[in-house]
Amino acid sequence: MSVIYFLIGLGILVAGGFLFAFIWAVKSGQYDDDYTPSVRMLFDDYKDDSINEPAQTTEPKVNNKENAEKSNNN
Amino acid sequence: MAIEKFTYDNRIAKYFAVATVLWGIVGFLVGLIIALEILFPGLNLNLEFITFGRLRPLHTNAVIFAFVGNGIFTAVYYSVPRLLKTPMFSDLLSRIHFWGWQLIIVCAAVTLPLGLTTGKEYAELEFPIDILITLIWVVFGWNLIGTLIKRRTRHIYVAIWFFISALVTVAVLHITNSLELPVKFFKSYSIYAGVQDAFVQWWYGHNAVAFFLTAAYLGLMYYFIPKAANRPIYSYKLSIIHFWALIFLYIWAGPHHLLYSSTPDWVQALGVVFSVVLIAPSWGGMINGLLTLRGAWDKVREDPVLKMFVVGVTAYGMATLEGPLLSLKSVNAISHFTDWTIAHVHIGALGWNGMMTFGMLYWLFPRFYKVKLYSKSLANTHFWLATLGMLFFAIPLYFAGFTQALMWKEFTAEGYLKYPNFLETYLQIRPMHMFRVVGGILYLSGGVLMVINLLKTAKSGKFARFEDDQAPALEKPAVTEKIHRRLEGKPVAFAVLALIAILIGSIIEFVPLFVIKSNIKTIASVKPYTPLELQGRDIYIKEGCYNCHSQMVRPFRSEVERYGEYSKSGESVYDHPFQWGSRRTGPDLAREGVKGGKLYKPDAWHYEHLVNPQKTNLQSIMPAYPWLAKKEIDIASTPGKIKAMLSLGVPYPAGFESSAVDDLNIQAKSIAAGLQNAGIQVDYNRQIIALIAYMQRLGTDVSATAETGIK
Repeated sequence: MSVIYFLIGLGILVAGGFLFAFIWAVKSGQYDDDYTPSVRMLFDDYKDDSINEPAQTTEPKVNNKENAEKSNNN
Repeated sequence: MAIEKFTYDNRIAKYFAVATVLWGIVGFLVGLIIALEILFPGLNLNLEFITFGRLRPLHTNAVIFAFVGNGIFTAVYYSVPRLLKTPMFSDLLSRIHFWGWQLIIVCAAVTLPLGLTTGKEYAELEFPIDILITLIWVVFGWNLIGTLIKRRTRHIYVAIWFFISALVTVAVLHITNSLELPVKFFKSYSIYAGVQDAFVQWWYGHNAVAFFLTAAYLGLMYYFIPKAANRPIYSYKLSIIHFWALIFLYIWAGPHHLLYSSTPDWVQALGVVFSVVLIAPSWGGMINGLLTLRGAWDKVREDPVLKMFVVGVTAYGMATLEGPLLSLKSVNAISHFTDWTIAHVHIGALGWNGMMTFGMLYWLFPRFYKVKLYSKSLANTHFWLATLGMLFFAIPLYFAGFTQALMWKEFTAEGYLKYPNFLETYLQIRPMHMFRVVGGILYLSGGVLMVINLLKTAKSGKFARFEDDQAPALEKPAVTEKIHRRLEGKPVAFAVLALIAILIGSIIEFVPLFVIKSNIKTIASVKPYTPLELQGRDIYIKEGCYNCHSQMVRPFRSEVERYGEYSKSGESVYDHPFQWGSRRTGPDLAREGVKGGKLYKPDAWHYEHLVNPQKTNLQSIMPAYPWLAKKEIDIASTPGKIKAMLSLGVPYPAGFESSAVDDLNIQAKSIAAGLQNAGIQVDYNRQIIALIAYMQRLGTDVSATAETGIK
């Protein structure tokens, strides 16, 4: 049975290691920029719609409809 | 820095999206059929291919691997190129992945009704398909890692971490759990037995939920919710923390599926502790998803896509709170083997996976076809049908689970079981099962509305296969970059580290079980199955009996009173695979064969019951298995099966395979002769004889020492 205690001990050691790495990472400023990536991913579509050929031809129509609907609603 | 121009190819993402819709409808439909089969046992029209036992694995596999699987790949093939500013690594690999995965699904849809199954829940597919899954998964991994390597953004967005963790973990899970010894084409035995097999199976089963249905779908959530709401996720920091916490903790929680079973107590306790801790990272994901919509709730009111995401993430939060509660031993004592479990998984499947998928599809199709969604009100109707369908499904089943569990456990003042007849406890919850059908119909009709809506959307637009984009080429990493950023910048290193994190958890739980013999009590009277019983056991597996009957008497007074002596770990040491089951739609069979036991029935009763269950009990909900009395046992396979068992360490006498057929014939003829005395004419080489032999063997080994000492 002794190997169980050894392995549990090892498990706690490893888990502790992860915890230590995490605390160290936070304290040493690892996650200073934890905002930009979340915003950057939003800009893909904007680019797609302005650069993309088919998007340019069809999208304005959609937008017009949307605008028309909006103005109707208003 | 030079700006590079490149093009995204939407074709594969569209293929996967269409496959998601198609297999989703199939999965819901089969679910509805099996729900009706429980109510009307004659519904299979005496066809062996569509009994509940064979269709239920088809339902679970269709929903998990076909519907959700294709949903994952849709999300991956759409989001990953855009997040990494590069097309997928290889269009050829993408196509092999797509068609290979559909081939796997078709193989599953053909083999499961044929009864070709390993008998392990959610891993029923036989070894040739398992190998195909492995190959296709490698193709997927190659394609994803290749794309990561040639990316143009240094930072890897959180969604992709979840995809990577799913990729790596599912590979490890699938390979470990599918280690099996082939006997012939489409028939194999798990290399693990009894407790070991149960442990590996539920480690797999739980983490299939954790990484296939959860981690991959959190990746989907982290891409599509911000996109649909046009808001950045609430907290990027939280996403980092809860990602690491989730993948590290999930891998330990599998044993909570085996509480009060004959697995070692310390393993059960470990599973409970980690399950409870899991609330934190799970709710981290839910909170992050829901709070992303702060300031955008006006959009939620308008947009069916966001509505679906909100219900999906809420269902995720509810299911991941309920899961840890179900892992508490005192709760599990009630919930296990009842409909509570079924309700729980459907909150996850119908709510979380279903709603997230629908939301994604309604968001994607207009972008694929560069046109507005055909009908917003149709999508809103779908939203309500799906939400109500989920509730109509789950809430009655919660009542059913509680009701049946309490009836199983109730004693009279005199100390007898109040409901000794198992069927009585089922008939009580039959109305709830009717409500479940209503829920299923609502959910399926919502799905049909989606098909119409998406088809009309596709028709009104023109598929835009290619989308151009541009981005600067990737710079060499700056020296000052911090560690976690560097880690994110090295996908291979990241994948390896994620693998190590999950392996540590696994090894610590596995190794002791394999190396320490004291975990498995060796019981001298437990002997290997006779060749006929082994053949009967294979028929039991083939017909999917484990889908309704457990073989695990838990150490409760109510269960010992109802079924007999509680199950010991040493009893199942020759069970490749284990057949403990997870739901008692019918009674437990672990002590079925014990003469003078609570459930003992003579051979003739078993014969009548299998051929026509309603003859022995008018209200029985078991389907009839008349073909068992007609079809012959595959006697020629016996030596091969004995040989396989020998090489798995089952202690048959050396050279037993050569005399196994004789042994089988003798036992079969004696059973047939006994049946003849009871007035039943049946040839000795029929499958029903083997199944009866197996039934009469169940649970007898332990009582053999007490009663006769001979077996």
